[in-house]
Amino acid sequence: MTEHVATNETILVVGGGISGMTAALEAAETGKNVVLVEKNPALGGRTSQLYRYFPKMCHPVCGLEINLRRLKSNPRVRVLTLAEVTGIDGVAGDYTATVKVSPRYVNANCTACGDCARAVELEVDDPFNYNLGKHKAAYLPNAMAYPQRYVLDPAIIGTPDADKAKAACKYGAIDLDMQEETIQVRAGAVIWATGWKPYDAAKIQPYGYGRFKNVITSVEFERLADVHGPTGGKILRPSDGKEAKNVAFIQCAGSRDENHLRHCSRFCCMASLKQTHYVRENYPQDGKSTIYYIDIRAIDRFEDFYQKVRDDASVTFIKSKVARISEDKDGNPVVWGVNTEGYKRYSTPHDLVVLAVGMEPSVKGMDIPGHIVADSSGFIEADPANGAVFGAGCATNALDVNRAVQSATAAALRAIQVVNKVAKAEA
Amino acid sequence: MSANTAMATKYRNSFLKEVEEQVEMGDWVKMCMQCGVCAGSCPVNFQSAWEHPPQEIFMMIRAGKREEVLTSPSMWNCTSCYNCIVRCPRKLPITHIMHGLAEYAHRLGIAPKMQPTRFFSGLFWKNATKTGRVNELKLSMGLYFKDGFGAGVKEGMKMKDVALGLIKAKRLNPMELLGGHKCKDQKGIQAMLKKAYEIERSRKAAKMAG
Repeated sequence: MTEHVATNETILVVGGGISGMTAALEAAETGKNVVLVEKNPALGGRTSQLYRYFPKMCHPVCGLEINLRRLKSNPRVRVLTLAEVTGIDGVAGDYTATVKVSPRYVNANCTACGDCARAVELEVDDPFNYNLGKHKAAYLPNAMAYPQRYVLDPAIIGTPDADKAKAACKYGAIDLDMQEETIQVRAGAVIWATGWKPYDAAKIQPYGYGRFKNVITSVEFERLADVHGPTGGKILRPSDGKEAKNVAFIQCAGSRDENHLRHCSRFCCMASLKQTHYVRENYPQDGKSTIYYIDIRAIDRFEDFYQKVRDDASVTFIKSKVARISEDKDGNPVVWGVNTEGYKRYSTPHDLVVLAVGMEPSVKGMDIPGHIVADSSGFIEADPANGAVFGAGCATNALDVNRAVQSATAAALRAIQVVNKVAKAEA
Repeated sequence: MSANTAMATKYRNSFLKEVEEQVEMGDWVKMCMQCGVCAGSCPVNFQSAWEHPPQEIFMMIRAGKREEVLTSPSMWNCTSCYNCIVRCPRKLPITHIMHGLAEYAHRLGIAPKMQPTRFFSGLFWKNATKTGRVNELKLSMGLYFKDGFGAGVKEGMKMKDVALGLIKAKRLNPMELLGGHKCKDQKGIQAMLKKAYEIERSRKAAKMAG
């Protein structure tokens, strides 16, 4: 599985989300060899976990499918899943990366028939659904997972469940003896596209995330709205499964806050505006959304999207950063604060509160192999000191999908220039 | 010309600049982004006496509403709970700014005279500096009689059970009414305070002239 030939004309792409996939494909389509390393068992990253994109409200299935199609037809990209880069040595034009590959326990014979999942009894947290639901310990990461191949959770290895899975497989695809491997990958340039993680909402103590079940994050709300999500696309609140018809969106949950994230995460305003559509579509008669905001930053050309939501009678805008959230006896989260337009106090109960959490770079606090210059928020900066390690997508800035793709293309171009130089030097 | 008129003339066009230069921590005011989290976090905000929450005060400063801000009782209501400082996303030292504004209004002589916090602060200072020791009996009685003799007697009667309990538990000595206890070196205290006043006066005068 991990056999490959990588030279110093190869481009190593770390992270297989929308940015990493884009960078890998752009480079490969110019004729470069690419190794794409993804930590999870499937490509797609956080983009695949969205229900819909703004501004066109189309499903990510579409955009990802195009990329997967390009990927399948391009022999120059080698994809390593369940793989993590643990170290990078060398200089621009000649790097060697150490990659740790975790066992999937399922080989290429898998047809994704699902017999193993039916045989296995243990259920584990489903990170694809932000742990809102559980899935079997033999699972397909998501409906459109690439590679379309099941995974066994390490928790069942050595238990009777693992043997059941093996027995159920008609294709001899389950290999319980797979071991963790460490491999070396040579590369002329590295594209670091490790993306982002939602800011840990539990750190915003007054909002009670983690204490109150009906206070959730915007990424979790995406899963609630998705038909492939834990509720089958019905917006039901976590505490009692009641229909959440009166939803509050709290902007700048962590962003633009010296106590949390210093930067504006840029996408959260648009995400909440988009998510008001989900509420209305789920409950066309009596769905209500309330957006609590400091100021709406519908970046780029999205002002008209914002204006349309403004005109929607089911959406209320309250100019106020919420001070705190409490819970009433019925489990409704109560939102407290002062409306700065008129300085009126409010304490309003809602069915569900959605915290529009900020974007934190995954590289923050991570031990990035090699020396990489980062800004005060932890995003990778474009700096000559980085050599031929180029940031792409949300590893470099708080970006939406559209801008992440642009950033990835730019990074691919920089990497291509490096390996072109290498090629000439060796010619 | 009173201090107030002098300052109003000096900063005719910019109350914000006046606050930045004259009020302790006043240079932070411009950093406020009007999110409202301070007001929402303020425990006093849920009482009617809180006329203007902090972010409204900051906006009024920028809008040049000098008279309204400085004569407002709002900043005198601050209990120094520090909730606003903890939560402010821009890390404004809101509690300190509130105290700074109150102190500046007091210095100019236009703070609301009978505002209880201001009244009590004055009372406490006089009480404590007179003998170098706080005379609690005189202090609380002084507060009772703030709104006149009748109201004082009424307030005193209302609190008499508490007072008797305190006397019984030896937490309150009625003899304190006749002068009360003192520190050893009263003269030394007075001299020290006099010196401190002098330093403060020259510093503030320089600030207001500068």
